Amino acid sequence: MKIIDTFRYARDAATGTPLRTGLLIIAMSIGVAAVVVLTALGDGARRYVVGEFSAIGSNLVIVLPGRSETRGFNPANLITSTPRDLTLDDATALLRLPGVERIAPILIATTEINASGKLREAMLLGTNSDYIRVRKQKLALGRFLTQEDLGHGAAEVVLGAAIRREIFGTTNPLGKTVRVGDRRLRVIGVLSEGGQGMGMTSDELLIVPVATAQAMLNSNTLFRILVESRSREQIGEVKARVLKMITQRHEGEEDVTVITQDAVLKTFDKILNVLTLGVAGIAAISLAVAGILVMNVMLVSVTQRTAEIGLLKALGATSASVRQLFMVEAVLLSVTGAVVGIALGYLGAAILRDIYPTFPAYPPMWAVLAGLGTALVSGLVFGVMPARHAAQLDPILALAKR
Amino acid sequence: MADSKSLIALKAIDRTFYLGDSQVYALRNVNLDINPGEYIAVMGPSGSGKSTLLNLLGLLDRPDAGTYQLEGRDVTTLAPDEQAKVRSERIGFIFQSFHLVPRLTAAANIELPLILAGMPAAERTKRVAQALKEYGLVDRAQHRPNELSGGQRQRVAIARATVQRPAVLLADEPTGNLDRVTGEEVVRLLEALNAQGMTLIVVTHDHALGARARRQIKMEDGVIVSDITHMPEQAG
Repeated sequence: MKIIDTFRYARDAATGTPLRTGLLIIAMSIGVAAVVVLTALGDGARRYVVGEFSAIGSNLVIVLPGRSETRGFNPANLITSTPRDLTLDDATALLRLPGVERIAPILIATTEINASGKLREAMLLGTNSDYIRVRKQKLALGRFLTQEDLGHGAAEVVLGAAIRREIFGTTNPLGKTVRVGDRRLRVIGVLSEGGQGMGMTSDELLIVPVATAQAMLNSNTLFRILVESRSREQIGEVKARVLKMITQRHEGEEDVTVITQDAVLKTFDKILNVLTLGVAGIAAISLAVAGILVMNVMLVSVTQRTAEIGLLKALGATSASVRQLFMVEAVLLSVTGAVVGIALGYLGAAILRDIYPTFPAYPPMWAVLAGLGTALVSGLVFGVMPARHAAQLDPILALAKR
Repeated sequence: MADSKSLIALKAIDRTFYLGDSQVYALRNVNLDINPGEYIAVMGPSGSGKSTLLNLLGLLDRPDAGTYQLEGRDVTTLAPDEQAKVRSERIGFIFQSFHLVPRLTAAANIELPLILAGMPAAERTKRVAQALKEYGLVDRAQHRPNELSGGQRQRVAIARATVQRPAVLLADEPTGNLDRVTGEEVVRLLEALNAQGMTLIVVTHDHALGARARRQIKMEDGVIVSDITHMPEQAG
């Protein structure tokens, strides 16, 4: 029997019972669609988080005040119980370390901006002139903070795009004076729109020199210090040096946490990949259920078509031909279900992206192939038993059935 | 009687079935020689072994003892796939309940043995068209079995059985599900095929049908009790 005829015969047999075939294809396609949509969700979450972290900048070492891990009893704890804060002097010291390209101290607070008769809440970010390069952001208008001694704070401010739009509309804000908190600051620049990172948008920032921010907040501490290493390879050394330097400056107490962006990225990547695999595994259960359904339907089909099988044998079909007919039918049903399921899955992912535009819910290629492969394999595996059953039927008994 | 010219030669065939712990002798020491072109009716009561004999001749069943030579070749020892090939090329089956595939059209039903034999599509189409013409089924080619009358169904079944031009045509109660007039038509069709040289073996309860055959074999309890050959004479 020719392969094309086998396929045609199996197809006709499947379409001969439209209801049964339709239900089976729906079951299989739901299984495959579940795999596709859930992996799209998992992989979308991974991409989202990785994208957020990459947007912070590259080759970054981040210094946070306070320890995030516990070590054994340290006599120093008896005397100095609170960790020391990060200071501007710490930041200046870090800049002198080998392998460090530039640093950006960061101080963050909420504040109000008041100008041209409008009042608005905004995030105040105190930093230095290198911030814009460390964070890889762009200016839309004017200039950024000037290079100067960290301790000296000019009365200048760079506006986020949203602030500029809402306070000034289309008029040129450069050179205008705005009131931020209790200070009057001159607008020197505007950030371009769409900067992201660390879970916040740069559109609503007011960027001022770090000393100015400290004076406004009446504080001498820092929220973070961003350290950019000269190259990716040096990140590890820079991290060690930063930690050593801060420890030295803090009288031998290791009271800061230093994280590298790389490590954070890798960790999230790993966690979210495992998560994606997990949900794919859960979805695969529905595929297995669909596979068993294929077997059940094929067994029913063999029983219902006993006379036909007997006839085929009387007409000269070999056992192998009969087996092939039923195997091909099972595989055709599974693969059709899988293809429909992949289409449904892509549709589902597209709807998700439509509802949450910032969430990149694209089904990963491996999941699509795995879904298709699993459907094919389950068709083959669960088709074997019914096909063998059909091939082993005694033609005399099969023909005697009416 | 067993000469090398005979189409079918059965020697000392036994076939036993086991029903629970009792043995049923379906065939006991059956010896039979059939020459090419014969017209044979196998008659006998239910359970006399005539259907078993037909299944055996059609290679659907294997004897427990004895040999079966078809066209001089011992077919009892053939592998299942080779037996399938012999069925495909040399044997045509006609059943009481037609056994047409309900989802396939008349033409597709006739094409089935050719598909199973792996014949190229172009040649199949030619052979099917010819068969449809020969059996007067051209305008019924695209009808499914449930749209055909009983007589038409059996004609499709006969067309299917003969499309491979087999040496032997095995018919199991071919008129059992038909009324007298259509049954008569079908029998004439089978006799016409026999007149063209095809060996025809009919299993039947119907004495009127059996009486038309030139050679009548009567069976009882798995044994051939009489084997009468009438001299060719003009049918009434």
